[in-house]
Amino acid sequence: MSFIELNKISKIFKDSQRQTETLALDDISLSFEKKEFVCLLGPSGCGKSTLLNMIAGFEHPSSGNVKLDHHLITGPGADRGVVFQQPNLMPWLPVWDNVAFSLKLKGVNKKQRQEAAQQYIDAVNLTGFEHHFPGALSGGMAQRVGIARALLQNPAVILMDEPFAALDAQTKLEMQEELVTIWQKYNSTILFVTHSVDEALILGSRVVIMTHRPGKIRDDLKIDLDRPRDVTSNQFNELKRYVLEVIREEAKLAREEQQTQTISH
Amino acid sequence: MIKLLATRGWTAASRFYFPALLLCLWESLSRLGYLPPALLPAPSRVLLTWGDWIFGYDESAQDISGRWLGDALASCLRVFTGYSIAALIALILGVAIGWWRWVEKTIEPTIQMLRPIPPVSWIPLAIIWFGIANKPAIFLVFLGAFFPILMNTIHGVKTVNRDLLRAAAMSGAKQSQLLRFVVLPAAMPSIFAGLRIGVGSAWMLTVTAEMVAVKSGLGYSLWDSYYFLRYDLVIASMISIGLLGFLTDLLVKTLMGRLLRWQHTLTVQGARP
Repeated sequence: MSFIELNKISKIFKDSQRQTETLALDDISLSFEKKEFVCLLGPSGCGKSTLLNMIAGFEHPSSGNVKLDHHLITGPGADRGVVFQQPNLMPWLPVWDNVAFSLKLKGVNKKQRQEAAQQYIDAVNLTGFEHHFPGALSGGMAQRVGIARALLQNPAVILMDEPFAALDAQTKLEMQEELVTIWQKYNSTILFVTHSVDEALILGSRVVIMTHRPGKIRDDLKIDLDRPRDVTSNQFNELKRYVLEVIREEAKLAREEQQTQTISH
Repeated sequence: MIKLLATRGWTAASRFYFPALLLCLWESLSRLGYLPPALLPAPSRVLLTWGDWIFGYDESAQDISGRWLGDALASCLRVFTGYSIAALIALILGVAIGWWRWVEKTIEPTIQMLRPIPPVSWIPLAIIWFGIANKPAIFLVFLGAFFPILMNTIHGVKTVNRDLLRAAAMSGAKQSQLLRFVVLPAAMPSIFAGLRIGVGSAWMLTVTAEMVAVKSGLGYSLWDSYYFLRYDLVIASMISIGLLGFLTDLLVKTLMGRLLRWQHTLTVQGARP
């Protein structure tokens, strides 16, 4: 048995106002091993975030099931850490209190929470900012707090939904490097949703490419390139060329389908 | 140049220039006979009477000479009691209405019907129910403070960012924990807006109640002085009420500044008092 298992997942979105049903995910089976860094890549609207949200427990499959370490996932919980696209920090709590929020809910006292938070605050290079409020942080720093919070909850499973999409190019590069270091240090299993081919190839030990809607698995690549990844190397560019081609194909199919739909309507 | 002066010349003392100017003008007009003392006594007269009301040195405040502290305390106690009860109930009810749809559907229409009724119009009922004493005043204060706090709490709860709730759920929060650790702190800025409006209404209604239904307090002194045409005492009462209202608001504002320290970097002026 694998660490995380998606068994025959389908998802149908019902629009009760228009009385339509949309098949978003179509019979997806995937499994992830411990310590994998999986990037989920696909054209927008392919359901990659929906898939991640099912592992997080925010959404439920219409059929099929999701298991983490043999246990069925029924809802959100502190055994998985999620890093959202927006940092989603509690603005009234200082950095350390945000990082150790899950411990606060468990009733752990202040001193122990502070100690527990420190390790992860150091890991994301925010030492010295423990007592800042989120409003005083830059976008990149706030996202680091989000990563530290997820690490403290459970460094073994981290789900990330386009966490760097809102950052500037320079910060994004730094954060990608740091994330790889964290992944190696904590032996984490990371599921990372992105629409950037470069990002997927820089980060992933495995890249799963999804088809356009309804989402299926189009391709599943193991990435063996040396780390840190050299984005100018021939192997990197060959891979990138291949992935881009697949993505373009899917995007084109999605457009064509949309057009035939609008014509037939 | 003017702007430069305006920013440079502003010191802590500057806030007193304008009221001091007004007082000087008022005093001179009184002394010159343009303002008849029967309509508007001079500030010096008001001050002397007020002083006697407080310290009781020359009996110029007649039978209330030296009794200011007692009157002020009586009013403060009514404000404090009514306001505290209002804040507590409005907070609990506001969170419940904002959070649970079924509570909103069952209770809100009734509350919205009671809200437009002026608290003052409850006076006849309050007197039959509670008699002439502290209770009707406390009841009126409660009515005045309750609705602004309630409405702002409901608003605060309803506008809590959904993503924060998701993040907290992911950290393992149960529903009661969501309310305590996310909804309540997130609604705090709104709740404090309500608390500050409420403090103003509380003073207005204490004074009103004291004029009609109570035999002590600043409002009673004000109304009693009017019967004896002691306008200097009327004005001294008004100033006393204004001053105490200002101080209680300052108290709420200071508390707000403490609790909403996190907002300082996010807003124009922050929550600094």
